[in-house]
Amino acid sequence: MSETARYLLIVFGVLAVMMSIAAGLIWVERRLLGFWQDRYGPNRVGPFGILQPLADMIKVLTKEDWVPPFADRPVFILAPAIIVITVLLAFAVVPFAPGISVADLNVGLLYFLALSSLGVYSVALGGWASDNKYALIGALRASAQMISYEVFMGLSLMGVAMLAGSFNLREIVEAQRRLWFVAPQFLGFVVFFIAGVAETHRLPFDLPEAESELVAGFHSEYSGMKFGLFFVGEYLGITLISALIATLFFGGWLGPLLPPVVWFFIKTFFFIGLFILLRATLPRPRYDQLIRFGWKVMLPLALLNLLVTGGIILAAG
Amino acid sequence: MVDPTAKPNPAARPGPAETTVISELRGKFGAGAVTPQETKDGVPTVWVDSRTAHEALRYLKSENSRRFRMLYDLTAIDERVRAGRAGQPEADFTVLYHLLSYDKNEDVRIKVALKGDSPELKSVTDIWPAANWYEREVWDMFGVRFGGHPNPRRILMPPTWQGHPLRKDHPARATEMGLFRLSDEKSEEEQLALKFHPGEWGIKPGGRDADYMFLNLGPHHPGTHGLLRIILALDGEEIVDAVPDIGFHHRGAEKMGERQTWHTYIPYTDRIDYLAGVLNNLAYVLAVEKLAGIEVGDRVKVIRVMLSELFRIVSHLVWYGTFAQDLGALSPVFYTFYDRERVFEIIEAVCGGRMHPSWFRIGGVAQELPRGWDGLVRNFLEWLPPRLAEYDKIIMKNKLFRIRTQGVGAYTLEEAMEWGVTGPNLRACNFEWDWRKKRPYSGYEWFDFEIPTAAVGDCYGRALVRVEEIRQSMRIVRQCLENMPPPDFKSKNDFKSENDPKSKHDYKSRHPAATPPLKERTMQDIETLINHFLGVSWGPVIPPGEASFGIEAAKGNNSYYLVSDGGAVSYRTRIRTPSFPHMQTTPLLCRGLTIPDLIAILGSIDFILADVDR
Repeated sequence: MSETARYLLIVFGVLAVMMSIAAGLIWVERRLLGFWQDRYGPNRVGPFGILQPLADMIKVLTKEDWVPPFADRPVFILAPAIIVITVLLAFAVVPFAPGISVADLNVGLLYFLALSSLGVYSVALGGWASDNKYALIGALRASAQMISYEVFMGLSLMGVAMLAGSFNLREIVEAQRRLWFVAPQFLGFVVFFIAGVAETHRLPFDLPEAESELVAGFHSEYSGMKFGLFFVGEYLGITLISALIATLFFGGWLGPLLPPVVWFFIKTFFFIGLFILLRATLPRPRYDQLIRFGWKVMLPLALLNLLVTGGIILAAG
Repeated sequence: MVDPTAKPNPAARPGPAETTVISELRGKFGAGAVTPQETKDGVPTVWVDSRTAHEALRYLKSENSRRFRMLYDLTAIDERVRAGRAGQPEADFTVLYHLLSYDKNEDVRIKVALKGDSPELKSVTDIWPAANWYEREVWDMFGVRFGGHPNPRRILMPPTWQGHPLRKDHPARATEMGLFRLSDEKSEEEQLALKFHPGEWGIKPGGRDADYMFLNLGPHHPGTHGLLRIILALDGEEIVDAVPDIGFHHRGAEKMGERQTWHTYIPYTDRIDYLAGVLNNLAYVLAVEKLAGIEVGDRVKVIRVMLSELFRIVSHLVWYGTFAQDLGALSPVFYTFYDRERVFEIIEAVCGGRMHPSWFRIGGVAQELPRGWDGLVRNFLEWLPPRLAEYDKIIMKNKLFRIRTQGVGAYTLEEAMEWGVTGPNLRACNFEWDWRKKRPYSGYEWFDFEIPTAAVGDCYGRALVRVEEIRQSMRIVRQCLENMPPPDFKSKNDFKSENDPKSKHDYKSRHPAATPPLKERTMQDIETLINHFLGVSWGPVIPPGEASFGIEAAKGNNSYYLVSDGGAVSYRTRIRTPSFPHMQTTPLLCRGLTIPDLIAILGSIDFILADVDR
């Protein structure tokens, strides 16, 4: 097999796997929520309802492709695509197993942070273009949330980068052969996890869409596949953050007996499950409380983590 | 539970003191200005001249020794076609103020006679802020103007409505009104009438920064629990002012009371607070029983108490889950609805219905309890406590839940009284006032239970009170289970008269207004046949008079004020619901807070839109 063919295979393989995971998560999330909420969840389409995403897909694709007459048409159409594209691009640097990653960038970590910040444009522009007050409030919340949480999201990862001595995700995984970074970087892990929840707008940080307050927040005016793209983007985001947690703190593909790629997905799915469990459990804080928590608690913690890690590395020479 | 065979003390309300309110009023305004009226419920009722009414009400609130701090109800009666009101002053319309003194646990009813087709009276909004919506309702329904009212618009009917529905000359049925056609122009006109004009709606323009964003929250919104529209004037996410627009759920329940017979009105009451089923029946049938002088047996009382408390649990469980959902917690609503189904299993077995069982009857209940009811109740009493303990952990003790509710949307006790707040919302202000204890009805004096209160009247305090009330209701249900007076089926077949002591434990009173004569006897003599025929076809005739009865319903005080002019239907049915004044307090509670706080407040005051609009 030529190098190009192998490369294309990885590119399209990753794309296909990620898209099917995002679709599959619709079913997984609804079934898990059902399980935790003493009910069944979707169990009609196919065995255990596993074909539900397919049915959803058919429904959402055959719906009227509708743009409200008062909306800013080009931006309204563009917005949902942005989130899917940025998250998919971010997957390029994720090392699924030795040799299986789209791009082995030496600034992989920075690349991920850059793309994940771009994702907020989708929400902000979608809310703005909708010309709906609820959508606008949702978009404003998303922007404020992004600004607050992006800062310490980056800072929380610097400890990992310092320990591994690299921004390359593959090298970070290799550096965890002896010890997963979750042990020395536990604080960093907690801060990154919380920032990741905020980044993906999941409960308890789903303020941009806050159903009981803002109807559907930034995507109030969206329907059909454009709404579907926001949905897919959200699930891709969860998968991305979970994959990053597995890679940065839990040794990525490393693990005994099973093939590396299996280990990678076991770890990733564990954190996806955690995301869903959070959604089933927690109420939502208020907007100002969330922002205050970010600046007054998480940012100092991330800085402290950075300082202590740096100090220890210096002392250890 | 106290022995139910021991007769309750009927003098729960002070007897001789009642006269002194009237004598004090006489002393203040002269004997000629005050005309007392006899009512069936014993509430001191006086007619006051329309010129002195405002002064008299101010006196009663602030100067009188009793301090009637709460405007319990304010409504009107169209007197124009009423028969048998001898001894009362001439009136076309009567405006009626029902006041309550928390200090002395006393009531007084002030009536003002008005003449002419477009009567006018001075507004009392300067005395009680709560009068605002009540006076708008009276204007809307009866066309009585209130001079000096800050915002004299319709409240329940659409602004384009012609006429005043509770006037006797206004048709009660659509079929009496001619064909309805919605032309394009009319449709356009109706749409325009719904448009929001800040000035007209009573939102003052801002001084510093007049450019608020107006957000139309509702009528369809996930956080409003039904058809409720709140217009918000926002500065950023901060609420500068809020104006609730109600009436989307108005179904003319009071008007229907004037065309349904006394008995057939019971199913309509179910649908007022549609989560609390028989609690609505209870307030209504107790008022009718007072009017007709019907006594019910102990078994009836205990059955009614048990069903009422089960429905209180049902109502609070729905509130618990949905309140958590308003704050973003997705799961509790499924848990509490599951528990609610367990209660509905009991209610189905007993009543045959679920949310609207319409099961209470004038003078009793519809049927005997089914065999095995005690097992069902016992199972439920074991089922719920561990679940409640779990909800405490995931909801009440949750840090996020607490920061969202503590210190949010608080009113002081003083404010709560001024605005006519009752029920758990009032008790959350650290005030132990429960009609079941203060004015026991239907045998509540036999039961051993506590009145939960909270220290601060904020969203969290209101939640605490309701959660504890679920536990207290379970206590009452357990006492009902253990002390249910035994049934006496035999009495049904060989009773001698309505006073037959054997019928004491029957599920229904033998009073002729409550139960028609025995079917077997109708074949023996013509009088019985006629009575039976009229009793089941036209329904019972309730003697002329007026009575109101207020109970501690799930959301606060629910009362029915009934006027009979000696017919088979009510002349005037007034439903005082707790949610109406509670809804009126939302602007007070949410000013200066944010949209999420408003949603928390709406969830915490636990209203039902049908209970607001009736």
